[in-house]
Amino acid sequence: MEKKKKKWRLNKNFLPGLAMVGPTGLWMIAFMLLPLIYVIAISFMTKGLFGGVVWTPTLKNYQDIINPVYGKVCLKSLKIALLTTLFSLLVSYPFAYALSKVKKRWKSICMLLIMVPFWINGLLRLNGWVTIFRETGPLNTLLTKLGLPALNFMYTETAIVFGMVYTFMPFMVLPIHTSISKLDSTLLEAASDLGATKLHTFLRVILPLTFPGIFAGSIQVFIPSLGAFFISDIMGGGNTMLLGNLIKNQYLNARNWPSGAAFSVLLIVFTLVVMQIYTRLGGDMDEMV
Amino acid sequence: MGKRRKREGMKLWQIVMLCLVYLFLYLPIVVVMLFSFNKSELNVNFTGFTTNWYRVLFEQRKDLWDALWTSLELGGISTVLSCIIGTAATIGMHRYNFRLKKFINNILYIPLVIPEIVIGIAFLASLSMIGISMSMTTLVISHVTFCIPFVIITLRSRIAGFDASIEEAAMDLGANQIHTLMRVTIPMLVPGIVAGGLLSFTLSIDDVVISFFAAGPDQVTLPIKIYGMVRSKFTPDVYALCTIIMIGTIVIYGGIQFLQEKMAARRGENI
Repeated sequence: MEKKKKKWRLNKNFLPGLAMVGPTGLWMIAFMLLPLIYVIAISFMTKGLFGGVVWTPTLKNYQDIINPVYGKVCLKSLKIALLTTLFSLLVSYPFAYALSKVKKRWKSICMLLIMVPFWINGLLRLNGWVTIFRETGPLNTLLTKLGLPALNFMYTETAIVFGMVYTFMPFMVLPIHTSISKLDSTLLEAASDLGATKLHTFLRVILPLTFPGIFAGSIQVFIPSLGAFFISDIMGGGNTMLLGNLIKNQYLNARNWPSGAAFSVLLIVFTLVVMQIYTRLGGDMDEMV
Repeated sequence: MGKRRKREGMKLWQIVMLCLVYLFLYLPIVVVMLFSFNKSELNVNFTGFTTNWYRVLFEQRKDLWDALWTSLELGGISTVLSCIIGTAATIGMHRYNFRLKKFINNILYIPLVIPEIVIGIAFLASLSMIGISMSMTTLVISHVTFCIPFVIITLRSRIAGFDASIEEAAMDLGANQIHTLMRVTIPMLVPGIVAGGLLSFTLSIDDVVISFFAAGPDQVTLPIKIYGMVRSKFTPDVYALCTIIMIGTIVIYGGIQFLQEKMAARRGENI
C-alpha cells in the first residue's frame, strides 16, 4: 500500500468500496481465514475414536510435538529447509546478479525462461532428475565411462535438498533480481571512486542494499520447503518423513486431525514469526510475488 | 552506445552462471522429452527412438486426457473467477479508503506465505465439519482462494502507476462512475489482468498439494494423476503428454505475447 494520500474521492463513502472489495473480502474470510481458525481450534481438541474431532479441550497434541519421534521429524524438516534456503541463495544470488546485467533486449526472454519450466508438472520434472541420478542412469553411465566413481545419492536427504532447491529456487531469483535491479549505480561508482575494492563494495554496499530481496526470496523458499510432502516422496523414495508428510499422514492415514492440526499450527506460528521479522525490517509484502 | 561507460558486455562468470542455471532448470525437462521417445518402457536408459508412446497416449490413455481436461477446466474457471473478483477488489482498494481495507489486505497475504499443506488441510477439515463433501465446486473454490491474491498483487503494481487524471478527465467530460470504470479504468488494466490471469492459470494447473486435499474422488487433475503414479511408476506416455503440453503452452504463450505487442503498438503510449 502506498503511503501517499490519495486526494481524489477519498471522501466517497464506505459503500462503493465495500461493493468492489466485499466479494474478495468475504471469499478470503470464508475460505481462508475461518478454515485456519478452525484448524487452530481443533488442534486443542481430542481425537475421536474413529477419526473426527471430539470437542474436549486438551494440550496433548502439543505435548506430542515434543515426543522424540515427532521432534526428530520437526528438526529434520527444519534442517532440510535451512539447507535448501542456503543452497538456493548460493545459486540464485549470482544468477540474479548476472541476470541483471543482461541487455534489455534479452531480459524478457531470460525472465520468461525461468517461468517456462513451471508449465511442465513439477512432479514430472523431479522424476526427470530421478531418471538422471538413478543408480544405472545416464549420469552414472557417463561417470563410469570416464573412469569416475558413480554417484549414489538418490533417495537420501541430499537428494531431497536437491529436489527442493530445484523446485523452489526460481521463487528466490525473482525478488533478488528485483532488488539488484533497483541498485543505484551511482552508489557503486561512488564506492569505487572512494577507493573501495570490488569485494569491499560488494560486502558493504551491494549486499546490504539487496538484503530485502534476499530476505523475501529466502522466505519464499524456506516456508514452502517446510510443508512440501511430494518432494520427499519422489526424491527421498518415501524413506524420509518430513513435517509435510507427517501432517498429511495424520490427516489422511492416521485420521488424527487434532494432531495434524497441531503440527499445522506449528507451521502457521513459524510463518507468522518470519513474516513479522520481514515486515519489521521494512519488507514490502507485495514484493514477495 | 556511448552513454554506458563501463560494462558494455557481460563478464565471463556471469555468462557461465546463466548457462549453468538454465541447464539446471531445463535438464530434467530435456530428459522427460527425450524419454517420451524411448523404446524401453522403464525410463532407465535410452534404448532407441520410437513414437510409439504418442500412439499409446492417443489410443489407450483416455484417463490421462480426462485428467488434463479436468485440470484445464479447473484452471480456466478458477482463473476467470479470480480475475473478476480480484480486479474489482484491486480497483476498490485503489480508489477508496475504508475501515476494513487493511484487514482484508492482510488476509490476502495469507495464501502467499502459509505453506500450501496447511491451506489444504484447513480447507478440507472445515468443509467436512459443516458436512460438505469434496467436489469440483470445492476444488474450484480452493483454487480461486489461492489465485485471488496473485491477481490482486499483480494488478496493484500496475494500477499504482496509473495517471489518475485520465479517469478524472472522463468524469469531467460527463461519464458517470460506472461508465468510467468500464470504458477507461478496466481497458487500461487489461495487460495487468492478462498477466495476473496467466499467473493464476499456471499456479492452478501445476498445483498438487491443495488439490490433493480439496478434490473429491472423481476430480482427478493431471498433477493428482501424476502424484498417484509416484509410488508405482511413470510410463513414457505421461512424458509424451507433458511434451505435448509444453509445446502447446509455448505456442499459446507466444501467440498471446505477439497479440499483446500488437495491441500495445496500436495503442501507442497509452499503456
